[in-house]
Amino acid sequence: MNWLPPNGALHGTGFDQLLRWNLDTMFWLFVAAQVLIVLAMLLAVLRRGSAQATGPAQPRSFRFFLFTELLPLLAITALYIAMVVTSHHLWAARREQANARNAVRVEVTGVQFAWYFRYPGDDGIYGRLVPDLVNAPAGNPLGLDPNDPHSRDDIVSPVLVLPAGQPVDLRLRSLDVIHGFFIPGMRLKQDAIPGMIGHLQFTPEVPGVYPVLCTQVCGLGHARMQTRLRVVTETEFRRWLDARERIALATPIPDIPASSPAVARP
Amino acid sequence: MNARMAGQASAPPALPPRGFLRRRIFTSDHRALAVLYLLLGLAAVTIGTLLSLVIRVHRVWPAVAFPFYGMLRPEDYLAVVTMHGTLMVFFVLTVVPQSAFPNLVLPAQIGADRMAFPRLNAAAFWLTLASLFVLLAAFFVPRGAPISGWTSYPPFSAIPATGPGQGAGMDCWLAAIGLFCIAAVASSANFLATILARRGQGMTFGRLPLTVWSWLASSALTVIAFSTLFAAALMLFADRHFGTSFFIPAGEVISGIPRAGGGGSPMLWLHLFWFFGHPEVYISILPGMGLASALLANFTRRPVPAYRFMVAATLLIGFLGLGVWGHHLFVSGMNPYAGTAFGLTTIAIAVPSSAEVLTWLAMLFRGRMQLTTPMLFTLGFISFFIAGGLTGPILAQPALDAYLHNTFFVVAHFHLVMAMAGVFSVFAGIYYWYPLLTERLMNQTLGKAHFWISLIAAYGTFFPMHFAGLAGEPRHYAQLAGPIESFPSLIPVERGITFAALTLATAQLIFFFNVIYSARHGVRAGGNPWRATTHEWCPDAHPITRGEPYAYGPESGPEKDFLPQWESATPAPSQFGAREYPSGLKPE
Repeated sequence: MNWLPPNGALHGTGFDQLLRWNLDTMFWLFVAAQVLIVLAMLLAVLRRGSAQATGPAQPRSFRFFLFTELLPLLAITALYIAMVVTSHHLWAARREQANARNAVRVEVTGVQFAWYFRYPGDDGIYGRLVPDLVNAPAGNPLGLDPNDPHSRDDIVSPVLVLPAGQPVDLRLRSLDVIHGFFIPGMRLKQDAIPGMIGHLQFTPEVPGVYPVLCTQVCGLGHARMQTRLRVVTETEFRRWLDARERIALATPIPDIPASSPAVARP
Repeated sequence: MNARMAGQASAPPALPPRGFLRRRIFTSDHRALAVLYLLLGLAAVTIGTLLSLVIRVHRVWPAVAFPFYGMLRPEDYLAVVTMHGTLMVFFVLTVVPQSAFPNLVLPAQIGADRMAFPRLNAAAFWLTLASLFVLLAAFFVPRGAPISGWTSYPPFSAIPATGPGQGAGMDCWLAAIGLFCIAAVASSANFLATILARRGQGMTFGRLPLTVWSWLASSALTVIAFSTLFAAALMLFADRHFGTSFFIPAGEVISGIPRAGGGGSPMLWLHLFWFFGHPEVYISILPGMGLASALLANFTRRPVPAYRFMVAATLLIGFLGLGVWGHHLFVSGMNPYAGTAFGLTTIAIAVPSSAEVLTWLAMLFRGRMQLTTPMLFTLGFISFFIAGGLTGPILAQPALDAYLHNTFFVVAHFHLVMAMAGVFSVFAGIYYWYPLLTERLMNQTLGKAHFWISLIAAYGTFFPMHFAGLAGEPRHYAQLAGPIESFPSLIPVERGITFAALTLATAQLIFFFNVIYSARHGVRAGGNPWRATTHEWCPDAHPITRGEPYAYGPESGPEKDFLPQWESATPAPSQFGAREYPSGLKPE
């Protein structure tokens, strides 16, 4: 259990408790079963010398079936049900509830082999994206449309910066293949699937730096598709956002297509 | 063309064909095919194991140069992982328990002298062999083998520009999977027909050995699951070559170059693939579960308690196995209510699985356990099945899977419950049935050494992977040291895993040696060396079934403690066999 990286998310405490309870239970069941197997083997070795088999075991008696099979099975089933129920509380709280209205909104885009984070800027609206305008070397890795007024104040960052203690709504997308968005320190994972928009809500609590990884094999650079999440105080976050906003507004959005669009083969 | 066909045409049974090729290679005889399948599985497991050693060595010594190749690039590493997974899942864990073993004993166990469709059966083998060659060809085509893992998620697998190996290598992979699907469906349809239509006189459903019930369930699953995979592979091939877009969404930008067309969804592949992929787990492990029950009865000299309960559990696992695929999609962003539903079905399948485990554990404490080599490997199977199975209900919870998914925790889980349990069950079967092919027993001392080293090394390899997973280490990482996160605490763990894996692989040399050595020098087995009750040990080729499958125990008779299915408990057996008795009841 101490193998887990330090938790920095609001829901992480509940997650860690749930996982610990599950791992402990299963570990002791594992030990109990292995002890039974070893015990049976030791008995077999010890009894090897003795003569004729010891009497009929009456394996078909209902008592035998009841005590070795039905009652343990009922107990294990009850355990499984308890696991499902406790875990569903966490799942329902995490996924089956409406988004917080005051959430900080960030769009996460996976692309071979980098993560990009887009903040909608002062207008609170994400600008339009055009696949043909995607050109990372020219400074437009997501294909922001310069003709859309909402694009002007959009901030694109290779590092995810978030304020501590505020709910966050991540909008997950991918430009090319499926990527697995994973922040171990935030107990957070969801695939970024091209053609789909995913949403992921959480509240970072503890300021600090957390690695962001890719967990779905996405190409030869899969292992280096990593970046950072920086959780900072509210004021620090505002300052960072303002500074990035000024840079974004001062820099024109490049609209140079990387190349002529490839035509799909017939 | 061959004797079986001639016999089928109601002509007087022809003489067995002469010549090695006719008898052993180009034949529709199921025992000969079983040997061919075993050899194919042996070739695949050897290559797959060597690839896994490359994986392990590269992870802890990334700078090491491999003989005849040199240093591994990240794409080479991913190609090796992809080929390791594909070889092991399809050509080892499916071929051996679901093709080789049924060919070896299924007809005999039901009192039949041949399969329902011998030629279809033979065709399935040759298709499987072709599939293996096509898959291995991927190593030698331009830009090498595919790198998208054995699950081949699109658009990665659909668009060649996404990486090396995704061109011709990926086409080889798809062609191999297509061929394998046809072969698997053909051979399983044959097994289903054989079980349903060719049972010998007296072999009622209530008297079927549990291995046969397992093959009934796994064959039904194979027909359903592999047909689905075939369709999915065909669609992916069409996406790659015929301009369709089943799995490719619009607006793709690959390496900065926009791609026209699209409009499909990768989610469709995820659903289709895992609708195959999860039943596949049960296809490869159900035969092992049936074999475990049979061998436990054999080597504790006691019947399987609650035979019908075990049959029901087996069929229930097969049935529920079709409804759990969504737990592979918990983090795909599908509807959270779907996550809840698939979590429930997954927990539900843990109940019949636990029932079987409890039965096995109860069986250990009755009668007199004989620690023969096949029994040891059966105990190993149970040990791994429990070790890997217990993390199943953890991964079945979407809330917990949202952290553990695609980490080494999952790698540990399926390598224990599917790979190690599966392989130990295969070893149990080979040590047990070896006399059927050679009339000799395998050497016990070598067998026990093989068992103990493999058991300890396998735990040493796969148990610590749980810790790597808890630390958050993702799968398919060509190197631990990333630009941001390098998992420094895992380096000693990873080293230990690699040493254990090298030991595990080396221990298999004992097994190879034993297989070859015992064929000549093994103890003569006699007709029924394990004093077993099922028909594969019957001297008669057309046995009449007179009793239930696992009649072990002192009540079976004064002199011996078992009653074979071909023998009658009464002094004068009825000439109608046992059909006149209600199924499941032993004639008294």
